[in-house]
Amino acid sequence: MRDRLRVLDWRICLPATALCVVGVLLVWSSTRAMPPEGSHTHLWRQIAYSGAGLALMTILAGADRWSLRAWGPPAYLTGCLGLAAVLSPLGVTVNGSRSWLNLGVLQFQPSELAKPALVLALAALLGAAPDGERRRRASGLPAALAVAGVPLGLVMLQPDLGTALILAATTLSMIVIAGTPGRSIGLLAGGALGAAALAWWLDLLKPHQVQRLLVFADPAADPQGAGYNAIQALETIGSGGLLGRGLFHGDQTGGRFVPEQHTDFIYTVAGEELGFAGAAVVLVLLWSILWRGLRIAAQAATPYDRLVAGGIVCWLATQATINIGMVLGLAPIIGVPLPLVSYGGSSVVSCLAAAGILMSVRGEHRAAPRTHVIWS
Amino acid sequence: MRSRLVLVHLLVTSLFCVLLGRLWQVQLLDGDRYTRAASADHVRHVVVPAVRGRIVDDRGRPLVRNRTAMTVSVDRNVLAGRPDGGREVLGRLAALLGVSRSEIGDRIRLCGERPVTPCWAGSPYQPIPVAEAVDERLALQVVERSAEFPGVIAELRPVRDYPHGDLAAHLLGYLAPDGRSPGGTAPVGRDGLEAAYEAELRGTPGSRRIVVDSGGRVLRTLHEQPAVPGATLVTSIDTGIQRAAERALKRAAAGARARGLAADSGAAVVLEARTGRVVALAGLPGYDPSVWVGGIDPGDYARLTREDRGSPLLSRAIQGQWAPGSTWKVVSTAAAVGAGYPLRGAYDCPGSYRVGDRDFRNYRGADHGRIDLHRALAVSCDTIFYRFADELWRDDPRDHSMQRMARAFGFGRETGVDLPGEAAGWVPGGPWARPGDAANFAIGQGDVLVTPLQMARAYAALANGGTLFSPRVGKRIVGADGRVLREVTPPVVGRLPVGRTTLAYIRRALAEVPKSGTASAAFAGFPLDKRPIAGKTGTAEVFGRQDTSWFASFDDRYAVVVVVSQGGNGGDTAAPAAREIWSAIHRLERR
Repeated sequence: MRDRLRVLDWRICLPATALCVVGVLLVWSSTRAMPPEGSHTHLWRQIAYSGAGLALMTILAGADRWSLRAWGPPAYLTGCLGLAAVLSPLGVTVNGSRSWLNLGVLQFQPSELAKPALVLALAALLGAAPDGERRRRASGLPAALAVAGVPLGLVMLQPDLGTALILAATTLSMIVIAGTPGRSIGLLAGGALGAAALAWWLDLLKPHQVQRLLVFADPAADPQGAGYNAIQALETIGSGGLLGRGLFHGDQTGGRFVPEQHTDFIYTVAGEELGFAGAAVVLVLLWSILWRGLRIAAQAATPYDRLVAGGIVCWLATQATINIGMVLGLAPIIGVPLPLVSYGGSSVVSCLAAAGILMSVRGEHRAAPRTHVIWS
Repeated sequence: MRSRLVLVHLLVTSLFCVLLGRLWQVQLLDGDRYTRAASADHVRHVVVPAVRGRIVDDRGRPLVRNRTAMTVSVDRNVLAGRPDGGREVLGRLAALLGVSRSEIGDRIRLCGERPVTPCWAGSPYQPIPVAEAVDERLALQVVERSAEFPGVIAELRPVRDYPHGDLAAHLLGYLAPDGRSPGGTAPVGRDGLEAAYEAELRGTPGSRRIVVDSGGRVLRTLHEQPAVPGATLVTSIDTGIQRAAERALKRAAAGARARGLAADSGAAVVLEARTGRVVALAGLPGYDPSVWVGGIDPGDYARLTREDRGSPLLSRAIQGQWAPGSTWKVVSTAAAVGAGYPLRGAYDCPGSYRVGDRDFRNYRGADHGRIDLHRALAVSCDTIFYRFADELWRDDPRDHSMQRMARAFGFGRETGVDLPGEAAGWVPGGPWARPGDAANFAIGQGDVLVTPLQMARAYAALANGGTLFSPRVGKRIVGADGRVLREVTPPVVGRLPVGRTTLAYIRRALAEVPKSGTASAAFAGFPLDKRPIAGKTGTAEVFGRQDTSWFASFDDRYAVVVVVSQGGNGGDTAAPAAREIWSAIHRLERR
C-alpha cells in the first residue's frame, strides 16, 4: 500500500482531488433546486464518480510504461468501437448530439474514453519504438493521422464539435511535440483549415451548431434563443464580484437561469457563489496540474513518455480553455465539460485516469537511471 | 523537442493568463453591470394590488363589493424566455381552461403603437390575467403542476361583485386595465362612479420585491410593503327606488313597443329636490356590469357599443340628449312673466297661431278658448307660448329673454354631476334666423336639446323655491377603518331668476296635470291627496323619428324625470313610468 501511495505525485494528486471536491460542491449547489427537491441525485452520483475516478487514478499511477503501452491498443479499439456503437440504435441523443451509449444501468460517453486512448495510441506511433530503436522523425505521421482520423470522424458524425476540436488539437500538439519538421506541420495545419472550410461549405454542421457559432459573434442578437446561454453565463459570473455570494447563496444559480449549469456551465456556479477568488483558485488548480504535467513531460525518460504526458496536458488544456473561454464569452458555445469539475461520470473518470497516467509517466522517469540520455 | 515543450508551456500559461484577465474583467471591472442585469432577471418588483373600496347606497347596502376569485395570470417575461416563446405552455393552459389558444393569445397581446382590440393596456412586466373566476379545481392544477406551467400563476384575487346584477350599471361604471395606472396591474375605473371616485376607491397598492427562479417561481421575499385598501363610497342612491325606476322604465318601453312604437332608449332620474342629491339614475338599455370582470370579451364589447344594439354602454340619464317638448313650458312661462306678461292674465288658446306665413298648431289642433296660464300648463296649450315668443321676437329680434331663462334653469351646460362623460345639451344662442324659431323654442322644439338630469334639476329647482344644484351621487367617503374622510355636498350653482309668486303659481298649475291635465290618466288611482305631485308631460317631435315621451315631476321632496326616446305621447309612456316610480317612493317611505 505504501508503494502504491508513493507513486502518487502530490502536485497532481492534490489539485486533482481539490478540483473533484470543488466539483462535487458546485454540482450540489447547481442542482439543489432541481426537481424532485431534496433528492440530491446528482450530488451522490458525482461523489460516486469521483471516488471511482480517484481509485482508477491510483491504479494507473502505479502502472509501468509497458503496461501503458500494452493497454493503449485495446483502449483505442474499445474507444473506436464505442464511438461506432453510439451511432447504432444503442446510442442516445442529448442536446442534438448522439454521443451517449446506453448500457442499461448507466449511460456512458465513449468520446471520453477516446481522448486518453488516442493519446496513448498516438504516443506509441509518434514516439520511439518499443525496443528503443530510433525511427526517422515524422515517419509515424501518416499512421498517426490515420489513427486520429478514425475517432475524429466518428465524433464528427455524432456530431460533437467540442470533442472533435479537442481530439484534433491534441493530435496536432502531439505531432508538434514529437518534433515533426515545421514544413509537415504547416502542411497539416493548412490541410486542417481547408477541411474545416470544406465542412462549412458543405453544410456538415448541424443548425444548432451554426447558430452557436454565429451567436458567439453577437450574443445580444438573439437574447432569447441561442444567445440566452451566453448572456446568462456572463451575468451569473459577473454578479459574483470578488468574494462571491457564498456557496448555495447564488440567486442566479438557485433560480436555475443558466441551462446545463451543472455540466458544461459549472464554472458559472464558481463565478457567482465563490466569486473571483474562488473562480481564480479553480483556474490556478487546473493550471498547476498542467504545469506539473509539462514538467513531467520535460523530464520524461523516453519520447513515448514525453508524448503521453504532453498529449494529456494538451488535451486537458484545450478542454479547460474552451470550456472557461465559452463561459466567459471568449469562445463560442461548444459543449465540452470542465475537466474534473463538471458533472458527469465519463468525463470525471477519464480526466482522473489522465491524471493517473501522468503520475505513471513520472514514476517511470523516477525509476529510470539518472544517467538517461537527454534527447534533443 | 525541448523547445517545442517550452512552446506548449508558454501557450498554456498565456491562455490561462488570458482567462484570468477576462475573469477579472467580468467579475470586478464589469461586475456591477452584470449584477444589475442578473438582478433584473431574478429580482421582481411585484405590485400588491389594494382591495378596491365598495360602493354602497344611502343605507349602506352594497351596490358594488368584492369577492375573491381564482385568477389565472400569465407572465409574458417567463414565456418569452422559453425556447418556443411559450407556445407549448399556452396550448396546455388553453386545454386546461377549456378555451381556445387564440383567446388566451388575445388576452396577453400588448397594446402597441397601433392598438388592436382586444389588447392588454397594462404593464407588460406584470402577470396578465387570462381567466378570472376560474373553477378552483382547475386553478389548483396550475399550482400543483407548476413544472408544466412555467410563467402561469393561479392566485386568489379580489374582483368586483355586483350583488344586484345589472342594477345601476351605468351609474356604477366599470373597471378596465390602464397602462398609465400607478398600480400597473390593477384595473382602474373607466366610467361612472368607479372612474369619478377612482382616487378614493383605488387605495394604495403595496409592493413586494421577490427573488424568482427561471420558471418564475418565488424563492424568497426581500421586502414587503402591505397595500392600503380603498375607501368606501357612500352614495345617495336608494336601491329600492333605483330598482323601481329601472323596472318602470323597462315596463314603459315595453308597453310603448306593444303599441307599435320603437321605444329604443330612455332614462329616469330621481333627485332629492331640497339637496340636489341623486336618488336614482336609470338608463335604458342597460347591461350586466359583470361582463367587465376579468377583462371584457371582444364579443361582449361589440354588443355594448354597437348602435344597432342600442349602445347599452351609454348612460342615457346624463349622456342622452333630447328636445324637451312641453316640459319646457315652465321655462317659457317664467320667461314670459319675466318679460312682462301678467301672471294671472287670460290668454287665447286657439287651435293654431300664424307666425309669418306658417300656421303653428296646437296638439291635435285643439281650441281651448280663453284660459289663464294655470290652465295653459295643465292642458299644455302651445299657441299661447307661440304668441309669447313671436311677440317678443317681433318687438325686438335680438331678444334673448327665453334663452337666458333656459340657461338660468341650468340648460345648455353640464350640471357638473360627479359622473364622467356628461353631455351639455344645447340652447341655441344668438338672434333667431327665422320667425318660427322663437315660437318652436318656446315649446321645447327645434334645436334645443336637454339631458334628463338637467331636466330633473330644473324641476327640483321649481320644487325647492329656485335653488339650482350641481347634483351629486356620492355622499361621503369612509375609510377602511370607518373614519369619514370626506363629505360630499351638492354645491349650489345658481338661483332661478323667478319670483316666489311665479314659482308658486307654476307649482300649483303643474299640480293640476296629474289630477285633471295631460297626465291624469297615468295618475288615476294615485293617492294625490296624501302625496300631491306636480308634473308636466312632454311630447317632442323629432324629424324622421317617433316622438320623444317626457314626464317631469316633483313633490316637496323629490324630482322625478322620465324620458323614453321614440316613446310617443308623454302622458302615455313616460307619465305612467313616473307614476310607478312615485308609487315606489311612497311605498318605501311609508315602510
